[in-house]
Amino acid sequence: MRSAIHLAPAVVALTILGLAAPKLAALHAAETVDPAADARAFRNYFTGKFPKVKLEDFVNGPYSLNADMRRQWEEIEQFPPYEFSLDMGKEMFAKPFRNGKSYADCFPNQGIGIRQNYPYFDGNEGKVVTLELALNRCREANGEAPFSYVKDEMAALTAYMAFTSRGKPFDIKIPDDPRALAAYQNGKRYFYTRRGQLNFSCASCHVQEPGERIRAEVLAPALGILNAMPIYRSEWGGMGTVSRRFITCNIQTRGVPLDPQDDDYRDLEYYLSYVSNGLPISGPGARP
Amino acid sequence: MTANPRKFILSVASALLLAAATQASAASSQADFRTAYAAAEAANGQAGALRNQWTATAAALAAAKKAADSGDFDQAVAASREAEALAKASILQATSEKTLWKNLEIR
Repeated sequence: MRSAIHLAPAVVALTILGLAAPKLAALHAAETVDPAADARAFRNYFTGKFPKVKLEDFVNGPYSLNADMRRQWEEIEQFPPYEFSLDMGKEMFAKPFRNGKSYADCFPNQGIGIRQNYPYFDGNEGKVVTLELALNRCREANGEAPFSYVKDEMAALTAYMAFTSRGKPFDIKIPDDPRALAAYQNGKRYFYTRRGQLNFSCASCHVQEPGERIRAEVLAPALGILNAMPIYRSEWGGMGTVSRRFITCNIQTRGVPLDPQDDDYRDLEYYLSYVSNGLPISGPGARP
Repeated sequence: MTANPRKFILSVASALLLAAATQASAASSQADFRTAYAAAEAANGQAGALRNQWTATAAALAAAKKAADSGDFDQAVAASREAEALAKASILQATSEKTLWKNLEIR
């Protein structure tokens, strides 16, 4: 009986999925990959669902949808909990490596005001490169050990770089390269694929149910969800990166997460960032 | 996948649930445990190849091992079978989602 109880959530979810699938499948028989059309549809979906929310406000996640939470957040922003991390990131960014070079030497415009261009598709590597990955590659190229991708130093560095890009619109490019289109499509597949014992996809929460509560949390809309990264989460008691967010989401569905910066996570970040093109960077952010 | 995904998913899901719920709990031996555990590990390995393992499966495998280490082979076999059923459900999910994910897409 214990087994039956443990399997019940998955069986019920799979059963519901099975009942719903044929009707939905008939609606979407033809498949084409058109990122620009996707981004338009994505934006239209959220602006249609929440007509009173200004487009640029979606980057504020649950605060754009819940007035009580917004009031609390505005007060929290008087003394934002990410401030220590931001200061730490600024110091770290300015401090030279042991070889005398610095992060500024690894990035366009010395790394200032460029967060909105990440991730990008690297034609030489044939893969997506995220800001977190680029930072660790910069360290390793200069003889320094890489940081953990999920929090602490990496969160501090990306917090500072996001801060220098605040207000700049996401400007993710998909070059004329079939591999870039494949990476984008793979990210989209990952976003909509159900996983874990709870049979949830990213979209189950952040497309189908934004604004609704899941336990005590108000779910954020997927539109603009990465613009505020990295974030201080009260739930974590600290800062977390995009990698940490993806891993945590997978675990919450009772799925075994991928390694940070796995190709699938990189592609997911590429997709989610692209469909939020035009929305301003607001990171670092604070969330419950 | 069969021609009718709804029937396929319903039948497999029902079979998994019934199988896990009705496993006999007669006295089990260490050999029974080894057989059940190996089957569970193999199924979980398949789920891993599909990049879709569940944390619940890992927990059930750990519980099986712990029960076996303490000499409770009935519990060890039951937990192994639970792990195998969970792993098979995760395989079903991964294979179904290869096409079904498109149904959730915003268009």
